[in-house]
Amino acid sequence: MFTSPILDYSLLAPILIILAGALIGVGVEAFARKEQRAPLQLGIALVSVVASFVQLLRVRNVRSLKAAIDSVAFDGATVFMQGSILVLAFFALLLIADRGNFVAQASAIPGSQDEHSSIAEGKSQTEVFPLTLFAISGMMLFAAATDLITLFVALEVLSLPLYLMAGLSRRRRLLSQEAALKYFLLGAYSSAFFLFGGAFLYGYSGSLSLTGIATAIDVNSGNDVFLLIGIVFLMVGLLFKIGAVPFHSWTPDVYQGAPTPITGFMAACTKIAALGAMLRIFYVALSADVVMWRPIVTVISIITMLVGAIAALSQRDVKRTLAFSSIAHAGFLLTGIIALNQSGLKASLFYLVAYGFATIGAFAVVTLVRDSAGEVSDMNRWVGLGKKSPLIAGAFCLFLLSFGGIPLTSGFIAKFSIFTAAYESGNTTVVVFGVLTSAIALFFYLRVIVMLFFTEPKSDAVTVSVPSLKVKLVLAASVIVTIVLGVYPSLLLNSAQSFASFLR
Amino acid sequence: MNPYIPILVIGAIGFGFAAFSVGVAAITGPKRYNRAKSEAYECGIQPSPQAAGGGRFPVKYFLTAMLFIVFDIEIVFLYPWAVTFDKLGLFGLVEMVIFILTVFVAYAYVWRRGGLEWD
Repeated sequence: MFTSPILDYSLLAPILIILAGALIGVGVEAFARKEQRAPLQLGIALVSVVASFVQLLRVRNVRSLKAAIDSVAFDGATVFMQGSILVLAFFALLLIADRGNFVAQASAIPGSQDEHSSIAEGKSQTEVFPLTLFAISGMMLFAAATDLITLFVALEVLSLPLYLMAGLSRRRRLLSQEAALKYFLLGAYSSAFFLFGGAFLYGYSGSLSLTGIATAIDVNSGNDVFLLIGIVFLMVGLLFKIGAVPFHSWTPDVYQGAPTPITGFMAACTKIAALGAMLRIFYVALSADVVMWRPIVTVISIITMLVGAIAALSQRDVKRTLAFSSIAHAGFLLTGIIALNQSGLKASLFYLVAYGFATIGAFAVVTLVRDSAGEVSDMNRWVGLGKKSPLIAGAFCLFLLSFGGIPLTSGFIAKFSIFTAAYESGNTTVVVFGVLTSAIALFFYLRVIVMLFFTEPKSDAVTVSVPSLKVKLVLAASVIVTIVLGVYPSLLLNSAQSFASFLR
Repeated sequence: MNPYIPILVIGAIGFGFAAFSVGVAAITGPKRYNRAKSEAYECGIQPSPQAAGGGRFPVKYFLTAMLFIVFDIEIVFLYPWAVTFDKLGLFGLVEMVIFILTVFVAYAYVWRRGGLEWD
C-alpha cells in the first residue's frame, strides 16, 4: 500500500529557502537586464541565507528524526552544522561578489576574440550566485541526511555546482578549466565508490538508513566481508571530499586553479558538510563496529597529517600551500571521528567553525595581493608585504598562527579540544602524531611570517589593493572570530557542547 | 539454496547465448564484403562528410542533447506519480506542480538566454 508521505516543512525550511533563492536567481538570469543582474543576485543570495539562518534559529530546539520520512535527522549536530555552513557561506558570498574574480563569459575559448570582446563589453557570469546557493543547499542536506540515498543525492547537489564554479576564474583560465575537469573526473569517480559502498552496506544489512545499518551490526546478522567492503568504499567517497591522503591529489590543483573566493567557500563549507556526514555515518551507523574501522581511520589520519604538513614546506604558491594546510587539517579533523565520544563531536564542531573562518579570511587576503595582471599567488613575490601593508599582512599572519595552533587563537583551542577528546578515548598514537605534525607545520607558518615581516621587500609591482567594503567585512569577521574564539572559547564551546548530539 | 545462484545462472545463460550466437554466425554465415559494409552506419543514408573545423561537432548538438535529458528525466518522475495519483491525492498534485515549475524555471532560463536558437 502506498500512502502519501508526511513532511515536516518547518524543519526542512532552512534548506528549502536556500533552494527557492537559487530558483529565483535562475529566474533573474532569465528575465532581468544585464546591468541589474549582479546586485539583484547578491541581494537574493544574502537574503535567502539570512532567512534560512533565522528559520534555523526558530526551530533550533526541535529534535526530530521524521522531518522527511526518516531520511533527514533534525538534531543538535544538524542545527550546528547547518548554521555554521550558512554563516560561512554568507561571508563567502560577499567575497564572491567582490569585483573581478570571475570570467566574463565562461563559454569563450581562452585567448580568443570572443573572450576579448566579452571583457570589453563588461559582461559577467552572474550565474555563480544561484550555483553557490545550490551548493549550500546540498551541503546543508549532506550534514543532515540519515539514509544512504539521500546522502548520495546531497553529495551530488553540493558537488556539481562546485565542479562548474572551479572553472570560472577570470585569469589563468586554462589552469582554472584544468582544475574543473580534474575535480569533476575524480569527483565522479569517488561518487561511484560512495555508491558502491552504499550498495555493499545495503547487501550487508538490508537497510539503507543509518539506524538500520547500526541495528544490523548490533545483531551481527550479515556477512562481515560485505560490511568491511561497504565501510571502506563509503569512506573513499567521503575522504575524497574532505581531501584526506591518499585521496587528496586533486586538492592542490583545484585550490590553485579555482577562483579564489570559490576556493575559500569550498575549503570552509565543503569541509563542514563532508565531515558532518562522515561524523554522522561513523557515530550513528558504524559505532558498534569500531574495532574494524578505527585502525584504518587512524592510519589515514596520521598519513594525512604528515603529508599535509611536509608537502606544504616545499610549496611556492600561496594557494597550493593553503591547500596542503587544508589537507593537514583534514587529518586533524579525522581524530574527532577516531575519538568516537561526545567530546570528540563537540571538538569537531568547534574545529570546523574555527578553521572555516580562518580559511575564508586567508583566501580573502589572497584576493587582495595583486599586480597589473591580477592576483599574485607566487610566495616569493609576497616577500616584505608586511612593510607595504602591515594590517592585511598582519591579518594573514593571524590566520596562519591559527592554522598552526598558537595559543590565543581559535586554532589552539580547536586542536587542544580535539586532541583531548582523542586522548580520552585512548588513542594516544594519533595524538602524538598530531602534536608532532603541528610542530612541523608551525615551522612552515613561521617561515612565511618571517618572509612577510622581516625581509626587505623587492622593488616589484606587487601591491596590496585597497579592500572593498565587502572584503573588509569578511576580513574583520574572520579576525574577530579567530581572536575571540581564542580568548573566550567558551562562547562557542558551550553551544557546541549542547548541540553535540546525534539522533539515532 | 543461496539466493544469488539464480542470478549467476541467468548471467551464465545470457553470456552463453551471446557467445553461442556470435560463434554460430561467424562459422555458418556467408562472408561477402563490399564498400557499403565498411562504411559507418548512418540509418541507411550516405554518411555525411567530416564536419567542418577538423571533425569537431558544434556544441549546439550537445546543448540539444542536454535539454532533451532534462525533459526526459521529468517524464521519468511523472510516470510513478501517474500510477499512484489517486493514492497520493492533493499532496502528490501539489508536489508535482512544484516539481514541474522547477523544471520550467530551467526551461525559461534556456529560452531567454538563447539556448533554443539553432544559429
